[in-house]
Amino acid sequence: MPQPLFYLFAILAALGAISMILNRNPVASALSMVGAFVGMAALFIGLHAYLVGIMQILVYAGAIMVLFIFIIMLLDLQPGKPRSLKAASVAAGCVIPVLLLMQVFGVLEQSGWERFEELDLQTAAETRSGKIEESLKEGKLPDTHLIGRTLFGTPETPGYNLPLQIIGVLLLVATVGVVVLSKKGGTESSTTKNESA
Amino acid sequence: MNPASLSEYLFASGLLFAIGLAGVIVRRNIIVIFMCLELMLAAANLTLVAFSRSHISEGLPDYDGQVLVFFIITVAAAEVAVGLAIIVALYRSRQTIQVDELTSMKG
Repeated sequence: MPQPLFYLFAILAALGAISMILNRNPVASALSMVGAFVGMAALFIGLHAYLVGIMQILVYAGAIMVLFIFIIMLLDLQPGKPRSLKAASVAAGCVIPVLLLMQVFGVLEQSGWERFEELDLQTAAETRSGKIEESLKEGKLPDTHLIGRTLFGTPETPGYNLPLQIIGVLLLVATVGVVVLSKKGGTESSTTKNESA
Repeated sequence: MNPASLSEYLFASGLLFAIGLAGVIVRRNIIVIFMCLELMLAAANLTLVAFSRSHISEGLPDYDGQVLVFFIITVAAAEVAVGLAIIVALYRSRQTIQVDELTSMKG
């Protein structure tokens, strides 16, 4: 990605993130979050990770943002009255991230600002076959095919089949968990807490 | 036109992570804290994709990093669903989502 475009989208993402944490209104925060994620998706696409960029927009800017807005509307939250923030937490919230950023910057300064190597599609085409080879020869990067090959494996490379199964189980457990959590009636322990409070 | 370098991408990712961390520490609204957590996960994804692009093997990016990004996106989506369900249950029993009003575990 050319440098000016990189800076444009990086600044878009950073501004979205900053306005997300500064907005009092949670709905405005959620919409700023979309700005941040769209900027990041553009950065992914600039790194030739087209599929990841599109997934970022679909999953984060689509599904997760809708879920947040839905919950905010469901709870009917009003924009909070100005609350006095604790000085200690504001100080910690400024100092710790700045220290982190300085450390990151220090490490990057030492490692230099070298450019990415160019992708060499013609060389890559020699060791591939089928559709991947065709696209590479035409000068296109078939990154969806390549990610699929990495994920499911080839006769030579093992792939990630077991983690994929485990992720499936995780999604099932999360679904069941959400159903149990949002079921009405299972709140005896919380009512006793309310009485003691 | 010069392309951007690996270090610039890593710095952008560090910046977004730091903003998310600041939000988690400063904000009191638990939904906004949750959004900041998502931002931190996405910033980690940016690091992974940048390293995947920089580690060229046979002329192509190293796709192991991008596979890991998919797993992270999946885990993040599951985490948001469960977390928001917990927030709704919390709101039902306490009528608040401000973390400084949730002090029943304070010693």
